[in-house]
Amino acid sequence: MKDLLHIEQLKTHFSTEAGTVRAVDGVSLHVRAGETVCIVGESGCGKSITAMSVMGLVEGPSGKVVGGAIEFDGRDLLAMKANELRTVRGNDIAMIFQEPMSSLNPVLKIGEQIVEPLMEHRKLSRKEARARAIDLITLVGISRPEQIMDSYPHELSGGMLQRVMIAIAVSCNPKLLIADEPTTALDVTIQAQILDLLRSLKDEGGMSILLITHDLGVVAEMADYVVVMYSGKVVEEGEVVELFNNPKHPYTQGLLKSKPIINQRKDTLYSIPGQVPNPLELTESCYFHDRCQHCMEICRTREPKLKDVGQGQKTACWLYEEEALAHV
Amino acid sequence: MSTYLIRRLSYMILILLAASFLIFSLYALTPGDFISGNIKLTPERKAELREIYGLSKPLMERYLTWMGNALHGDFGYSLAQQKPVLTIFNEYIWNSFLLAVVSTFLTWFIAVVIGVIAAYKQYSWFDTIVMLVIFGAMSIPSFFIGLFLIKIFAVDFHWLPPGGMTTTGSNATGWAYALEVIRHMTLPVAVMTLLGLGSLTRYFRSNMIDVLKQDYIRTARAKGLTERKVLFTHALRNALLPAITLVGFELPALFGGSLIIESIFNWPGIGQLYMKSFGLRDYPLLMGFTMFLAVLTVIGTLLSDILYRVADPRVKL
Repeated sequence: MKDLLHIEQLKTHFSTEAGTVRAVDGVSLHVRAGETVCIVGESGCGKSITAMSVMGLVEGPSGKVVGGAIEFDGRDLLAMKANELRTVRGNDIAMIFQEPMSSLNPVLKIGEQIVEPLMEHRKLSRKEARARAIDLITLVGISRPEQIMDSYPHELSGGMLQRVMIAIAVSCNPKLLIADEPTTALDVTIQAQILDLLRSLKDEGGMSILLITHDLGVVAEMADYVVVMYSGKVVEEGEVVELFNNPKHPYTQGLLKSKPIINQRKDTLYSIPGQVPNPLELTESCYFHDRCQHCMEICRTREPKLKDVGQGQKTACWLYEEEALAHV
Repeated sequence: MSTYLIRRLSYMILILLAASFLIFSLYALTPGDFISGNIKLTPERKAELREIYGLSKPLMERYLTWMGNALHGDFGYSLAQQKPVLTIFNEYIWNSFLLAVVSTFLTWFIAVVIGVIAAYKQYSWFDTIVMLVIFGAMSIPSFFIGLFLIKIFAVDFHWLPPGGMTTTGSNATGWAYALEVIRHMTLPVAVMTLLGLGSLTRYFRSNMIDVLKQDYIRTARAKGLTERKVLFTHALRNALLPAITLVGFELPALFGGSLIIESIFNWPGIGQLYMKSFGLRDYPLLMGFTMFLAVLTVIGTLLSDILYRVADPRVKL
């Protein structure tokens, strides 16, 4: 299958007073048509910034894509002019966010916010757009669509608002939906409903999903392919079943170990020791080395490259490099 | 809404009663009055006049008389001009209102435009220059800017008249009169706009900067809307909301006149009248004017509350 989204060696850096933060540092990933790819990682590992880079919405002037390539449907997104990229956003690539409560404009009616992209990209008249918006609200499983059209965001619950956000996102039948932690701010029961909705929309419309999450439960439920990020780099990637059954990178192993298992009550839940390194103090090394149980000499001084380890799985760890063994 | 209004109106009446008592006491307890300033009068004549004006009566009784008449819309006679206070107000207040309404409109309009652009291009050269100029304008006192502009535009270049509302001895009517007034009000309006611009621009700039960082602006951009729509449909309305509080405060300012500007430009407004009346200790006029401002202030705050209800769907009254 052809790649719909192709990110190659993406580097997005932020210049701060204390120095340059390499939030995304050489990330490559691919999303094929109809596929769901999950980016997993802790807060601050650069997963959201990767998504914002695709959208061209990295907060300037401090943040900037400084290298790499982003190709979408055969078009180079990074080379596009602002106005050209705007016609892609919300039309071919749509995005939903973590906080549905603050993601909608508090002073505009829900209906107004749904019809906007339809009028902008599909050039529908207000009346046509309104009819389509009512269909969309029904599609995302909200009853009384007419009443919802004339409501304001503060009158709806978080779950309803996330449904509205999804309605806005799928309004122009995008080829790719980027969902940045879409269920993190919601109740567990609502989370399942939202994930179900995303899955059924994907199956019906044939769109691809790039799902960003730190919740491995969500990954297991949604993903076809998983990319694990740590400190701005991809440390492991692979098909979801393979990666869950046979994690290679010590970080992925730690993540899976720290996931609570239903019906199994432990006194203390496992957690990976140590903390995410300060992005300003990183020097060439495996960034995970001071939290890693298998840390070797070479891990402190040289960066491991992402390497094929069979079964379509790739990992960036010296444990699987022959070079490292030669070094010892 | 209606129970809110009823409660709110009853508060307003209480506040105004308290304000009226304070205002009356302030002027009544100030040593000296209109009569004591006149050195031509003999002590006997002064006592006689005080008896006639009712100034010798006890404080409480005088307050009740004043208040009772005020409730009927009668704020008494100006002692200096021997005309009803309200009649005098009517002569002066519209001149002040003319200056205020034009300069307030200009101030708000320019402040919103510059504030929004400066916020959108935060830290650009435009933003930096605007902030510098604004700091400059805020730091220079009004009488200095006023005199400076008179020196340049009236004295040196003779482009605009230095003061007054009409040319001395002119009896122009219709459009000629309007043109004459516009020429005379240009300088005072410019100074008033310049003075108000600084703080308001900074206010809108910081509001706008806050709003532009909000999640819903990111959503609007993610939808692929044009920057103009993001800015004016999504950001501006939210950035303007807090300014509604200021709208309420503008109401007394519209009618209150400006002591300094009207004095510098010799504008026949209520501010100048107020200054003159102070010198003469024309207390009925001063009390009436202060009370008038108190009423406007209270109405202004009520107005901004109601406006909030209209502009922000989250506000329930």
